[in-house]
Order: sequence, then structure tokens, then C-alpha cells
Amino acid sequence: MRKCKTDALDAVFAEIAKSSLLYIPTDTEKGAEYKKWSDGMKMSNALNTVRSPKDFFFPQTEDLMEFKVNGKEIEVIDTRSEKEDFVVFGVRACDVKSFEILDRVFLIDPCDSYYANRREHSTIVSVACTRPVETCFCQTFGIDAAAPEGDVSCWKTDSEVYFKANTPKGEALLAKLEGITVDADDKDVTAQQEKTREIMKKLPLAELSADKFGAGKTEEFFNAPEWDELSESCLGCGTCTFVCPTCQCYDIKDYNTGHGVIRFRCWDSCMYSDFTKMAHGNPRLTQKERFRQRFMHKLVYYPSNNDGLFSCVGCGRCLAKCPISMNIVKVMKTIGKSE
Amino acid sequence: MQKVTSELLVKKASELLENGTVTRVLGWKKGEFSYDLTPAVFESGEELIKDFVFSDFSGANFSKYLIKETKKADGKVLVFLKPCDSYSFNQLLTEHRFDREKVYAIGIPCEGMADVDKIKKNVGDGIIDIISDGDRIVVKTLYDGDKEIAADDVKAERCIVCKSKKCVAYDELLGDNGEVIDSERFDEVEKLEKMTDDERFAFWQNELSRCIRCNACRDVCPACTCEKCVFDNPKSGVENKAISDSFEEKMFHIIRAFHVAGRCTDCGECSRVCPQGIPLHLLNRKFIKDINEFYGEYQAGAEIGSRAPLVNYTLDDIEPVDAVKKGEADNA
Ligand code: SF4
Ligand code: SF4
Ligand code: SF4
Ligand code: SF4
Repeated sequence: MRKCKTDALDAVFAEIAKSSLLYIPTDTEKGAEYKKWSDGMKMSNALNTVRSPKDFFFPQTEDLMEFKVNGKEIEVIDTRSEKEDFVVFGVRACDVKSFEILDRVFLIDPCDSYYANRREHSTIVSVACTRPVETCFCQTFGIDAAAPEGDVSCWKTDSEVYFKANTPKGEALLAKLEGITVDADDKDVTAQQEKTREIMKKLPLAELSADKFGAGKTEEFFNAPEWDELSESCLGCGTCTFVCPTCQCYDIKDYNTGHGVIRFRCWDSCMYSDFTKMAHGNPRLTQKERFRQRFMHKLVYYPSNNDGLFSCVGCGRCLAKCPISMNIVKVMKTIGKSE
Repeated sequence: MQKVTSELLVKKASELLENGTVTRVLGWKKGEFSYDLTPAVFESGEELIKDFVFSDFSGANFSKYLIKETKKADGKVLVFLKPCDSYSFNQLLTEHRFDREKVYAIGIPCEGMADVDKIKKNVGDGIIDIISDGDRIVVKTLYDGDKEIAADDVKAERCIVCKSKKCVAYDELLGDNGEVIDSERFDEVEKLEKMTDDERFAFWQNELSRCIRCNACRDVCPACTCEKCVFDNPKSGVENKAISDSFEEKMFHIIRAFHVAGRCTDCGECSRVCPQGIPLHLLNRKFIKDINEFYGEYQAGAEIGSRAPLVNYTLDDIEPVDAVKKGEADNA
């Protein structure tokens, strides 16, 4: 483990930025956002950035390829650009876990090369939480906010910042920081972790359990009567899916430029009426079915396909942002109640 | 704090359910925390007693839900209308969007709603409970114990500049009706008008470039009730889920603002729900202000069946050239 003084963090950022792009969460008037680091930028202490860091790997809109039409010739142009290396510094434990969930979708065969390209060029530095809030429930999914994963894990105490490399990429990053950091024992980190874990136990959502959900539970919950009341006032706006770090659906479309076509993809949402539209329309006819899809996917379908791993990380963004304050916590508590 | 209590509304609603006047009740349902109430349909007195809440967080406007709810079943549905909700209610009736006969409306007074984001900004994170006590609010926090703040400091923007305490639609009124207020809601618009073109462009660029095109603003808007929005219709040619930071979002918002111009009641729901904190109400208020100045004071939803200036023609209407001149004068 290595450490530096808190006020040396600026020097750490400057050192990292010498060899790669660096993004950190920084406070804006409308909440914390990841921004490209520039001299003097301060790292936010907020837990959640407004937009999740999935944007780094799976941007809301991206061009996939272009077609140029020339008489009878159609030229296919690969618009992929080789990514520069980049570092994302300050990712919370829940959001770090979301990358694993996305990886399992985009990196399995056939691998999504656009996503893979970005993943390969990234180094993730996580930061441990010390002040979880009422909407946090990462622990429900076995995530330890005090021991975040990532290429490098980092802990901020009052006066110092501790770093631990977890991967070769992480070691390479810490090697660059050798002049700024010194060797450290883990005494202060352990003390901080114990304190945070005690706080976690007292959070309002500490008792929330996902045990009744998981792989193979489709039959049990699909026809539950509570979906009606839960989805009753859902606007179908898809805000929950757009702010969610693990929602991964997209649409592929063509844009006619007049002398060719740009094929792009953009986020889509199972909450939308035109989602997965086929010749006969959307197979999910009502908002209830669309609503059910989102939560069944997180709590049942995804685990069924991914060794039991849930695809919610308990970040709480949907709790804070849904216009009608409906969310996965309310769903988990309500569904199956009448059984 | 609200002057009407949850208990009073529950009692009222239970009576109306029991005597058969209504078969279901639209209301705010208790959440996980004190600030996350969800619009819900209640069908029995027990349900109401268990979960119905009217508090400083009952901001959600139910008028638009009536379109769906009145079609769902026979019998009347009870809706509680805060003064601003009642304008949306009338506007929807003007546009023939639901069957008035299937609704029983109770007008309720409102002291203004709280904005939980403002509370978080004021007292910090980790809020476990919020208790209203007169004009003070006590916030119980995870880290800093109890904190007391003035209710006025955390009022929602739309309530600070509330345009009317008068319920304009109801079958029954709880308490006394209030008055239309000479509010300061156009002050912010004036500030924007005073900017140079470049400054104003930069302002909106900064705001709208954050838009994630979730469409929550449209979906919650009581003036947006088209069966199929052009932005959801693949056949329209403008349907587009892609965002591009240059043009797309601005067009979406400008088109929407034009579409609701003269029909927007300034209920403020669009700004309330925007996950990106974009002040959409400023766009709509600019239209309202212009309409007032060009055609005389007009408040959408003030009465049922009124002819909005933009779909009406009178010989006194302003000449387009004068409107252009005014725009130039504003910018001078
Ligand atoms: S659950 Fe909430 S955020 Fe998600 S689509 Fe429905 S209303 Fe929108
Ligand atoms: S479902 Fe909600 S709490 Fe879970 S990861 Fe997505 S946004 Fe976060
Ligand atoms: S609610 Fe906000 S983010 Fe969503 S489409 Fe409207 S302006 Fe954009
Ligand atoms: S545009 Fe906004 S303020 Fe106007 S009616 Fe719609 S939601 Fe209300």
C-alpha cells in the first residue's frame, strides 16, 4: 500500500495527466459530474455523480460506421478510432461493480469491439465511501463500500490518501506515482473501513435483502399481482434506465446524410413504447409489462444468465431521480408480498 | 407546513368511497423516506389509512392521470386538486381529454411544496426524516443529528413564485379559496431577455446540453397528451433517441415549448422532474410572458373553454412586424 498527503492529490492528478487523459468527479451547481481534469480542479466528495460512469464505456450516442454511396458503389467506412489511454479517478464501489455487469454483456462472444476498445484503454481508480446516505444499498448486493474494487483502490482519510493496486494496470499507474507517494501500512485504512461498515449497518435500507430473487425465479414473480399497483403511475420516461449505471440497452439506427448513411447507436429503454419494435409492434403492450421487464431483468433474468449476479448495484440513482419516486427498492419490498 | 392534514383528506376520501360517490381515489402514497411519495390509486379506507400522505412533498399533479384513470373503469374517481393542479385540470377539460362526469374533484389549499434537493443542499446528505412544524422544518440526519431550517428556504421554485392560491375547478372545496397572486414569476425571464443574444445562447447551450432526452418533462406534462408523440413515432422522421450536443436537444425543447404555448399553465412539473435540473419553466414562461404582452393577460386553465390567443384571431391582434420590433427593442 502507498500513501500521500491529501494536499498532494493535485500533484497526483498532474502526474497522471502527463501520460493519459484523466477524469475526476467534480462539483457543479447541478451536482457532481465527471470532467476532464485540468489544473486546479477539485475532486467532489459526493457519492453519486449525476450521470453514471457508464458513459465512459457505453456513451449515450456513438457512430458505428458510415456508408458512402457513389453511383453503384457503396463504401463502408469504419469510424472507430483507436482510443487514447484514460484514467477515471474517484469511482465509488457500486459504480465500479457496474463495470463488471456491463462487461458480462458487452465482452462475451461476439465481443462488442467499441466497448472493448474503451475498456482496454481505461484504468479505474476507485475511492472508498465513508459517508453513505439513506439511498445507498450496495450492501444488499454484497458490495463493500469500504473496499471498492478497480485497478487501484483508494481511501481518503482526513490528512492522507492511501492507494492499493489490484491489477497490473493499477500497478503501472502507482509506479508512475512513486515520487509522490510513500510506503504505508494499512492501519488507518482498516480503522476507517470498520467505521464505515458500522455506519452501513445503521442505514435505513440496511435490512433490504435480495435473497428471494435471483436465477430461475421467473415463474415465481412474473405474474405477481403487485406489478399492477407498482407500475400504476409510471410515466414510461426511462429516466431510471438512463441514470442507471447497469442499464445497457441500445438501439441501432441509420441517419441519412443525403449522400450516404451514418449508422449509430444510442441508449434505449425497456420503459419506452417503441422499444424492441418488430413488424407487429412492441411485444410489451402496456407500461406494466415494460416496467416489469426492467425489474425482472435486474433481479431475475440477468442473474439467470450470469451465475446469480444481480444487475443492480444499489447506487440509489433511480431512487433520487424517478419523477414518481418509484424504484427498485419499492419493487423489492412489495413484489411477492401477498404470497 | 400544509394546513390541511392527511387525516382530514383520508376521512373525506373514506366517506366518499363508503357512500358510493367514488370508487377510487388518486393520492400520494407513502414512500421509503419522508420525501419520496408516489402517485397511487387507493380503493379502500384501509389502504388510505395505511399509506395516504399529504405533506410538503405532495407536489405531483394528478390532472394528467385522470385521462388514463377515467377510461379504466366505471364509477367516479376522486382527485385532490391543489390550486395549481386545478388549472391543469381545466386546461385538460378545455381540450376534451377526459370525461368530467367521471371525476369528483376536491380543491385543497396549498402552502407551497418543499424541494428535497434544496433540503439536501441546505443540511447536507444522509436525510432520515423530515418533519414540518409550522414555518420550520426539522431534518433528522445520519451524521449531524437534527437540523432545523426555515420552510421558506427550501420551498420549490414554482411555489416561491406561485401564481395563484385560487382553486379554479372543484366539486367541493376544503377551507377557503385563495386569490390569484401578482407573482414575480417573470423576473427570471426578464433577466434572460436583458442578456445579449450570445449570452442567452450560451445560457441555453449550457442548460440544454445536459439534457439526456429521457423525455420525463414531456411525459409528466399535462399539456403533452398526444396519443403518440412525434418524438416516439419512428414514422415521423424526427423520432430520435440519439443526443448530439449541438442541435438536437434544443430543437426538441423549442418544438415542445411551441407546442404547449398558450396551453402551458405554468404548473412547473417539467422542471420538478428533470433529472438534470434543467430550468425548463423559463422557456415556457417566456412564451406566457410574450403572449400576455402581445395579446393581453391570459392564463391557460383559468376557465374551461377559453380560446387561447394563439388559436384565436381578433382584429386587435398585434401585427407580426410589431412583434419583431419588440424583440429587437428587448435586445437593444
Ligand atoms: S419507474 Fe420512474 S423513472 Fe422509470 S420510467 Fe417509470 S416514471 Fe420514469
Ligand atoms: S436500478 Fe437503481 S439503484 Fe440499482 S444500479 Fe440502477 S440506478 Fe442504481
Ligand atoms: S426531463 Fe430533463 S433530461 Fe429529460 S428530456 Fe426533459 S429536459 Fe431532457
Ligand atoms: S410545460 Fe411544464 S409548466 Fe407547462 S404545463 Fe407542461 S409540465 Fe406544466
